[in-house]
Amino acid sequence: MISSLENQNRPARAEGYNFAYLDEQTKRMIRRGLLKAVAIPGYQVPFGGREMPLPYGWGTGGIQVTAAVLGEDDVLKVIDQGADDTTNAVSIRRFFSTTAGVQTTERTGEATIIQTRHRIPEAELKKGQIMVFQVPIPEPLRFIEPSETETKTMHALNDYGVMHVKLYEDIAKYGHIATAYAYPVLVDDRYVMDPSPIPKFDNPKLDMSPALMLFGAGREKRLYAVPPYTRVSSLDFDDHPFEVQKWEQSCAICGSDHSYLDEIIVDDQGTRQFVCSDTDYCSQQVARQEKQ
Amino acid sequence: MAALPSIIETTQSAGRQPLLAVREVGKLFGPDKGCQNVSFDLYPGEVLGIVGESGSGKSTLLSVLSGRSQPQEGNITYCNKQGELIDLYSSSEAERRTLLRTEWGFVEQNPRDGLRMGVSAGANIGERLMAQGVRHYGTLREQGLSWLNQVEIDPNRIDDLPRTFSGGMQQRLQIARNLVSSPRLVFMDEPTGGLDVSVQARLLDMLRRLVRELDLAVVIVTHDLAVARLLADRLMVMRRSRVVESGLTDQILDDPQHPYTQLLVSSVLQP
Repeated sequence: MISSLENQNRPARAEGYNFAYLDEQTKRMIRRGLLKAVAIPGYQVPFGGREMPLPYGWGTGGIQVTAAVLGEDDVLKVIDQGADDTTNAVSIRRFFSTTAGVQTTERTGEATIIQTRHRIPEAELKKGQIMVFQVPIPEPLRFIEPSETETKTMHALNDYGVMHVKLYEDIAKYGHIATAYAYPVLVDDRYVMDPSPIPKFDNPKLDMSPALMLFGAGREKRLYAVPPYTRVSSLDFDDHPFEVQKWEQSCAICGSDHSYLDEIIVDDQGTRQFVCSDTDYCSQQVARQEKQ
Repeated sequence: MAALPSIIETTQSAGRQPLLAVREVGKLFGPDKGCQNVSFDLYPGEVLGIVGESGSGKSTLLSVLSGRSQPQEGNITYCNKQGELIDLYSSSEAERRTLLRTEWGFVEQNPRDGLRMGVSAGANIGERLMAQGVRHYGTLREQGLSWLNQVEIDPNRIDDLPRTFSGGMQQRLQIARNLVSSPRLVFMDEPTGGLDVSVQARLLDMLRRLVRELDLAVVIVTHDLAVARLLADRLMVMRRSRVVESGLTDQILDDPQHPYTQLLVSSVLQP
């Protein structure tokens, strides 16, 4: 049942599936949507989302986008909460190595397509790389405006006053902007966009990035994109400017003091440890230190 | 029933440019359901009351006047702060929206329709300013506190959700939310409906003070003649989609000409 290996580096592709699971018509439809999304940075393009062999919320949108842009020569990396070894990341990676027979990697620098949930890798992205985000709620205005027709009109008319209402509420309640993830951004001075549930720590990485950022929401059936070298600014107030998270600790494994840290409880006594959320970055830091 | 000539020049406003010029406006949902053939001029600082029974087309007229629903005929011209004349329904939706949240205000009968119930009183007041591009939290806060004072709500409640407010307070908060952008024209749809009498009186006192202080032009829809007498300079009486009588408030209430107006006036209980 397994086709013969054409390339020694590539895993075998299971027969019975079209390349990358989806049929060619569907992939074309998604690519058309993506082209439109790239042409209008930050604008949400509806698409005919398909049923995927995993539940909504596990990355159906991201998988469809990845399937649509994946080629035989691509090298795929999948991360979940920054880690390469979590269930979701492992399953999605195996899904594509089985159905598309593409090479996979855990190294950010080696990947041509990186599908992610929650994080943008710490290592700087390069020209030619594609980030694919799994998005749960693509509409940044949804929390305050439940009507879809109304939010569409608000986007069309550039009527974004309510976005600051949420930030105002944060300051009034907590004394600072407490939104820590899915922090709204303004793309190319036009559309307000939800950068998916990445921590606001990663927001500055979207700005003028050389990589192409694609966003897919499977349940809501929306695509949007930030093309390379596009201005992305986080919303804020003049007297409460946008800030990213900072930690007093540094990573317990690699000692990094400028990466995004996860707080982990390591025993029953409640001992806590801070470690890098990006596992690839962490292990590379360790390797570099060992060499020195 | 022939439409009466309803354009009146009041002596105090003669010679000034009308703020809102309404000509032959109509929107019907069926024969005599809605409003038709309505014309009037509204001058800066003037309060126009629209009275009539339920189903007479008052609210339809108000939503047409305030740019919320397209009339089937006629046109509405608004003179903005720069003195430019804007034809309401030939301008773009973006322009209409901008107008609605800057130079205009709309006070709903039910405060829950006009407020964002999920965010604090301060955010409700600040929303229009934020939509206009105010990006300074301190300024928004200051404005919020000062407006709560103006509408007689304890400033300590600035961070409370509107749902913890009483009906009268919610209505006052809605008024503050509309007035924060210093509008020149405010539409009100039965602002005292659903409030008990003492709360009504307080709200009316406050409205009267604000209207005088801020030199607001107001179009107020009400079925309560007492409210009309307290607030309105001029009255329009509507019945079955048509304006049957219009003129100075005192004139209409003290010497009604049209049989329906006579009926309306005589039906008010005299203490």
